[in-house]
Amino acid sequence: MILTLLKKEFTLELRRKSVISGLGLYLFSTAFICYLTFSLKQNQITPLVWSALFWITILFTVINTIAKSFIGEKKGQDIYYYSIANPEMIILSKIIYNFLLTLILSFAGFLLFIILLKNPLADTGQFAILLVLGSMGFAASLTLLSGIAAKANNSNILMAVLSFPIVISILLVAIKVTKNCIDGLDRSVSYNDMITLLAINCLIAATSYLLFPYIWRN
Amino acid sequence: MRLPHTSSSRIFGEINLAHHALKLWLKITTIILLAYTIVAGLLFDVPRLNIVNETIRALYFHVPMWFGMVVLFCVSTVYSIQYLRNPSIQKDINSVEFANTGLLLGLLGIFTGMVWANYTWGSPWHGDPKQNGAAISLLVYLAYFVLRGSVDNEEQRARLSAVYNIFAFAAMIPLIFIIPRMTSSMHPGSGGNPGFNMYDLDSNMRMVFYPAVAGWILLGIWIATLRIRIRNIDEKLIDLENE
Repeated sequence: MILTLLKKEFTLELRRKSVISGLGLYLFSTAFICYLTFSLKQNQITPLVWSALFWITILFTVINTIAKSFIGEKKGQDIYYYSIANPEMIILSKIIYNFLLTLILSFAGFLLFIILLKNPLADTGQFAILLVLGSMGFAASLTLLSGIAAKANNSNILMAVLSFPIVISILLVAIKVTKNCIDGLDRSVSYNDMITLLAINCLIAATSYLLFPYIWRN
Repeated sequence: MRLPHTSSSRIFGEINLAHHALKLWLKITTIILLAYTIVAGLLFDVPRLNIVNETIRALYFHVPMWFGMVVLFCVSTVYSIQYLRNPSIQKDINSVEFANTGLLLGLLGIFTGMVWANYTWGSPWHGDPKQNGAAISLLVYLAYFVLRGSVDNEEQRARLSAVYNIFAFAAMIPLIFIIPRMTSSMHPGSGGNPGFNMYDLDSNMRMVFYPAVAGWILLGIWIATLRIRIRNIDEKLIDLENE
């Protein structure tokens, strides 16, 4: 069942190429604006500014990406899904799909940042693991919020307002680990933070899984 | 002997104000505890410590307000869970009003904390993880009220906000209880700093601290129950007008 739903998400995504290319352009524009506003040919930015810019770019791109997972759906579509699938499967498939999408976008963002703003990281391998964990957290927390926001008025503003306080705990841990990666500290230093991030992800994913049936039932 | 079921007696029976009111003895206890907290908290002897000095008295006001906030938010979340299990307007109202009062205590906690920080850390807002966590947790509940404001359908509003309430509470746990303990914080009791057990060598402060905690929590519950009763009467009035 999950696989069918996942396949459906991917087919839909590939059919509407404008959405995914729009997101790519959004990411590129943000990274390019960072590059231009700091006029990086003449100036240098400190690694900490790099990490702040990177996570802000990723955060906004991801919120826009995941917001469309329920908000973009046509009226009546959810009734159709409701009749053929149970809500747990739907939320799981959406979370997994959003996770993959977020993962691609955050690695693309990382690549753009390396090209445009240099690479201040001393430990790229660990940063890659962090990106995977971070994407997991974003997908788990934002998918449910997108479902909530889709049911309310002015859902785009609401999506941002609802998600900022929730993702901050993920973001704080991620920024802390990023600093360790920049300083090239030994991996055992960040080990605890990684475990915390994983635990937060599990907590949030489990809560989403439990709560989604209630917003679905309408 | 039971009264005959006339429509008026049923209405007044349903309003049943005593049901949600705090018991009288609890109200009196609250007043006595808080009066004791204020008098004893400002007058009793406290340990003389460098830098902290007299500001240690914030322990009787700032810390219990924060505890009260956490308790009220917990109660609000419990009502949200109950709402999802078995929906009724009453549970929704309870959940909202406990969150409202929790927000009030949280704001008071932040302001008293800022006063304390001004004299010990040198500036009211120091960017400490504890302070930031507190500010973010208030943002969560502000977002909760924005969400309630932007859904028109009453039943849907209650359900969505209940879901967000539970979700936000789960996401807030790491923010308030875990992350501040892992990062370097200057707040007493976190980041390896001594908590008040270390300051309070002769346990005299406990004599005021525990009553203060009970007093502020009870005050929060009292305010919340009053607000719930006001909301119930409002609902009833609207119903009567519609009839």
